[in-house]
Amino acid sequence: MNFLVFVKQVPDTETKIQIAGDGKSIAEDGVNFIVSPYDEMAIEEALLRKEALGGEITVVTMGPNRAEAALRTALAMGCDKAVHLEDEAFQGADSYATAKALAAVVKKYSPDLVFFGKQGVGTDNTQVGQMVAEMAGLGHIGMCVKLEIDGDKIRGEREIEGGRETIEVALPAVVVAQKGLNEPRYPALRGIMQAKRKPIEKLTPGDLGLSADEVGAAGSKTEYASLELPPAREAGKKLEVEPEVAAKEIVAFLKNEAKAL
Amino acid sequence: MLEFVDFAGVEGLLRPEERMVYDTVHAFVKDRVKPNIAADFEAGVFPLHLVSEMGELGFLGPTLKEYGGAGLSDVAYGLINQELERGDSGLRSFASVQSSLVIYPIYAFGSGEQKARFLPKLIRGEIVGCFGLTEPDFGSNPGGMRTRAVKSGDKWLLNGSKMWITNGSIADVAVVWAATNDGIRGFLVEKGMKGFSAPEIRHKMSLRASVTSELIFEDVEVPDENCLPGALGLKFPLMCLTQARYGIGWGALGAAMDCYETAVSYAKSRIQFNVPIARFQLVQAKLAKMLTEITKAQLLALQVGRLKDEGHAKHYQISMLKMNNVGVALDIAREARDILGANGISLEYPVFRHMCNLESVKTYEGTEDIHRLVLGQYITGIPAFEPGKVQG
Repeated sequence: MNFLVFVKQVPDTETKIQIAGDGKSIAEDGVNFIVSPYDEMAIEEALLRKEALGGEITVVTMGPNRAEAALRTALAMGCDKAVHLEDEAFQGADSYATAKALAAVVKKYSPDLVFFGKQGVGTDNTQVGQMVAEMAGLGHIGMCVKLEIDGDKIRGEREIEGGRETIEVALPAVVVAQKGLNEPRYPALRGIMQAKRKPIEKLTPGDLGLSADEVGAAGSKTEYASLELPPAREAGKKLEVEPEVAAKEIVAFLKNEAKAL
Repeated sequence: MLEFVDFAGVEGLLRPEERMVYDTVHAFVKDRVKPNIAADFEAGVFPLHLVSEMGELGFLGPTLKEYGGAGLSDVAYGLINQELERGDSGLRSFASVQSSLVIYPIYAFGSGEQKARFLPKLIRGEIVGCFGLTEPDFGSNPGGMRTRAVKSGDKWLLNGSKMWITNGSIADVAVVWAATNDGIRGFLVEKGMKGFSAPEIRHKMSLRASVTSELIFEDVEVPDENCLPGALGLKFPLMCLTQARYGIGWGALGAAMDCYETAVSYAKSRIQFNVPIARFQLVQAKLAKMLTEITKAQLLALQVGRLKDEGHAKHYQISMLKMNNVGVALDIAREARDILGANGISLEYPVFRHMCNLESVKTYEGTEDIHRLVLGQYITGIPAFEPGKVQG
């Protein structure tokens, strides 16, 4: 069975974000970039399925040159080969333009099963996986927390408000990983060295049969107007009194000042 | 690479795969070691369950290209040590012994059969090894050892004892150095051999999350096939120590970084006289000194590592690395304890634990004084640790 896993390189969730001079993007200087944590779950699920069923895993990302590090991480975890959509024309893509490019990758490689993480941490749009399924004409299981492969179909549990629903989809299909699906492995050090020798194929819009104005900022339906940091948190108040007195003061504070009670 | 104290831009001098090694070991220590290590230290327990996990991830014998080793650079090996010791010196000690003092001598001096039999399991973390050189009465002067092996037929009869042996009581195989009629030889003594016992040394105030033992040999019959064929003389165990000391030079940096980062964050949040104590010049001076010493130690470690990768590192360069970086780390741990005030003595923070551990690290694998004398000999050509003997 052939698997395609889409990953995004994002700022480390512990990074202190600063807004760049244009007011519409973040300053990348000093930012530590990682594979988006949900995408790690997508990689892990593909690895587990390959270990059980055999086949080949191709990991794909769209992003600038630095995003190659995310592909190397995925290769070190055990993916077999990588595809990098690296071209200036891809830059500035919103979810729609991203999905358009990625759907073209799905059509080019005709995988049996496609994995996404539910969202790229940072932009948090939570829609690319589903859009790609639609554009590529495949069924999908979104917010998947449990997955079974049964011959030529898959059955998965999807988180919904207050419960779970079970969905069955014929292969080929798209699975969007949600927290709980698995625990991603660490890339083993042997894998890191093996990853150096695994191939990374670079693709341009032309390689995907797309024109430059269908992808990136030109192909997008939305654009960032501005970014703002949340207001700085005010200093907390510390009560250095007996617990009984403190409890009364906290209740009074919640009632009178915070109006929470 | 997050949480990497990196004033001088060392990250930019690392190869991409070395950064990934850092990230993996850093994440492992953060997730798997840090949450329980203070409790392990307090209880005096080595987290044995981490051995197979470390083996699985390739942390053991990582520079070997054969027998399941990852084939990493010496700098990557250094980074593994740094990150393990950011967790605890005890965990790094385990890995140092397994990689540099057990896997290395079997690989470098062992027979084909010995390598095939022991190396894959040691590298996978399926078995544990220890290294017996130090004796109760012979620490800095191992050449005076009393443990003896006498050949009789196709066996060796081993008698004597070894002291302060990391991993001793949990080891499946011990690399034991003993005097013979021809000179010092190395033996692979296996758990369960008759007359071999390894009682644990208790009541330690340091390296509490690590197993330290005595090794006792009473007429232990060691088959000749367990004698390391490629080692004869004191030079060979000392070659092992050079490997381990190199890793310790990096490891101490991890403990120093953890102490420094703890001190910085504490100083910024601890309010006295209505301001964070980081506002005070005396505290800032301490932090500036810590960062400066860490930076110098990092650059020394990296340069010695690159020399080692090229096969050019000298034992006296590694002596300076071990001596300097452990000394600096201990000073930083003490200063960090001071900045944390009374909180500094609590196991809620890592600094006192690191400080206690580093007292051992300062002494083992060549005391600070012995490394000074190694450098003294390098500088003057006169070996000061052989009293009465002057190079002529």
